[in-house]
Amino acid sequence: MSAAVAQEIDARGLNCPLPILKIKKALAAVSDGDVVSLLATDPGSVKDVQAFCKQTGNELLSSDESEGAFQFLVRKQ
Amino acid sequence: MAVTKQEALSSIPTHLSPEALNHWFDQRLDEKLAERDAAKTPSLAIIATKGTLDMAYPPFILASTATALDWDVSIFFTFYGLELLKADLELGLSPLGNPAMPMKMPFGPDWFQNINWKIPNAVQSVVPGFEGFSAGMMKQTLKNKGVASIAELREMTLEGGANLVACQMTVDLFGYSKDDFIPEITDWIGATSYLPQAAKADISLFI
Repeated sequence: MSAAVAQEIDARGLNCPLPILKIKKALAAVSDGDVVSLLATDPGSVKDVQAFCKQTGNELLSSDESEGAFQFLVRKQ
Repeated sequence: MAVTKQEALSSIPTHLSPEALNHWFDQRLDEKLAERDAAKTPSLAIIATKGTLDMAYPPFILASTATALDWDVSIFFTFYGLELLKADLELGLSPLGNPAMPMKMPFGPDWFQNINWKIPNAVQSVVPGFEGFSAGMMKQTLKNKGVASIAELREMTLEGGANLVACQMTVDLFGYSKDDFIPEITDWIGATSYLPQAAKADISLFI
């Protein structure tokens, strides 16, 4: 399933809880079904994004690591 | 969908044995409780009592994160905690008598930055401006590590819809003027008004 990304957030270099606060803000601005991409270097963000999606009911489409950065795709529900 | 008493009664499987009926009831109760838990918005109530740079982080990190999770959040600022609501944040910190606080230099190569400088209390106490120096070092370290400033976190906590309430008594006690504080403060109240709010919270923290 390919999904067009409605908004990209670059939270590289930022630490807890900034990546989560930034994705929350981005999700609030897009429509239901839209996908938001988050780039982060905070290693804590891997578990935090999962927990965030579980709590808020948004769908975590993917969670990848490449070149020392983590990329998350989250679909707004 | 409204259910009449008749319909509700007829949905009880009375033909079951008493044991099976008990089991049916327990199962239904569990389902209903799970439904109620799922529909409930969790809430967080924090009492913030410290006004130093290091102790300003826990309440604002937890509160801003909780708003991101769509929780109901309130923070009651009392005593030195009121410093965190000042319009001009000038938060200091003292490493004196604080053995858990690492002293790090926020510049130079990594090996140098990772050194934990053990500075005796006796030295800290006599060097003029030592506290200001440490606060400056801490601020720079936080910035280098990509940790938000307190002003930023406070802004995001407010944007997330948290209620920031201030202790009225402390204002009178320390002779503060309300003009020194941010206008977004939801309310100026006392313990009697805050405790009933906190009583309903799922998580209550004293920081």
